Amino acid sequence: MRYIDEFRDPALTEALLQRIAQLMLLMPERQQLPLQIMEVCGGHTHAIFKFGLDRLLPDNLEFIHGPGCPVCVLPMGRIDSCLEIAAHPEVIFCTYGDAMRVRGRHGSLLDARRQGADIRVVYSPLDALQLAADNPQREVVFFGLGFETTMPASALTLQQARRRSLTNFSLFCQHITLIPTLRSLLQQPDVRIDGFLAPGHVSMVIGNAPYGFIAENYHKPLVVTGFEPLDILQGLLMLLEQLHAGRSAVENQYRRIVPEQGNRLAQQALAEVFCLKASSEWRGLGEIAHSGVQLTPGYAEFDAERRFHPQAQQVADDPRSRCGEVLTGRCKPDACPLFGKQCTPSNAFGALMVSSEGACAAYYQYRRETA
Amino acid sequence: MCLGVPGKVISVGEDLHQLATVDVCGVSLRVNIALVCEDSPQALIGQWVLVHVGFAMSLLDEQEALEMLAALEQLRAVGLERPMPEGKDALH
Repeated sequence: MRYIDEFRDPALTEALLQRIAQLMLLMPERQQLPLQIMEVCGGHTHAIFKFGLDRLLPDNLEFIHGPGCPVCVLPMGRIDSCLEIAAHPEVIFCTYGDAMRVRGRHGSLLDARRQGADIRVVYSPLDALQLAADNPQREVVFFGLGFETTMPASALTLQQARRRSLTNFSLFCQHITLIPTLRSLLQQPDVRIDGFLAPGHVSMVIGNAPYGFIAENYHKPLVVTGFEPLDILQGLLMLLEQLHAGRSAVENQYRRIVPEQGNRLAQQALAEVFCLKASSEWRGLGEIAHSGVQLTPGYAEFDAERRFHPQAQQVADDPRSRCGEVLTGRCKPDACPLFGKQCTPSNAFGALMVSSEGACAAYYQYRRETA
Repeated sequence: MCLGVPGKVISVGEDLHQLATVDVCGVSLRVNIALVCEDSPQALIGQWVLVHVGFAMSLLDEQEALEMLAALEQLRAVGLERPMPEGKDALH
């Protein structure tokens, strides 16, 4: 597979691992206090475990698995609202497959489908739009979930809905934005992170400039990084070189995909269709100001919440679960009392276990045998 | 859920609202190209794009990909000349 296999080359992987080990030896102060590198994106978390990268690295280098998995931070109350909308007999409720197994207070979308609700997994919001065109007597609702990577797809789909005058289509918006959450994380006093691997595909939309405050105000190095093993190791090496030199800058390892300014056309579409909400809830992290979006007044007619008025839901996490501490690097997944017992991928209690990109699911799949 | 896959644009429609055909690992996908089409759709034929949830999200810069691989090859060549410090395993 072109541009995938090349970035999995074993000889180059070995060379990168050697160079990383050499650089760590040049930082002897890190023998006592391990370096903590946060990979922000769930895609990175999954790749690190899938390829076993953490096991190939020196012991004094730790990955902290960050909040960049939109399924993991999806509040249970929003799932309850999805179920309420999907219960309308005229509704075809469409979602990415990732959200099907997340439980709300009243079960998951998968449970609701078993009980007869018309809930469909789609690959693209355009598939949902086509369902609206093919079923003019039904109301098609798309569950818009995800960061800036998936946001432009939702925005363009709504623009098309307007162009095609498809009035039986609407969006239930759960799009969230990473930057305010990274800022809130850095403001917490007991979170110790030495540097960031920033999410490659969010960055291809927003560009590199929005991360500037992390390097300038918090003096932490950050490298925008791709998703293959060589990408992740090279991003890590670039971080270590900055740390060794006492620098903090925003650098881009993933230049083949991420232009410095991001995707201008996508940014224009986002500005037309979405605007910031005052505050949004993140599972495990709580309310974070300006961390989510809603439809602009110009697109309010496509807002599923205006069309179906689901009740506002507030569902507290079980106090025994430690999802929030895992998300902020204060706790490893297997230190949670529920891990592997009440909470497993087939019967997930916390959202970090539901998604294959969640830290707990990755630990369960790849690390349980050694736990 | 932010993952994407590289693919090569095989054919395009008359305007950017028509779906293009993109070859992803031998599978033909119907893909929206409005986010990568600054010029005419025809200019995209043969280009590599990153596909995510039915949309081409970014043009793959082949020159950058090749430069990155060349830099890593250089790192490997230097590493082969410079052994690890004695008694230190490369991996731990």
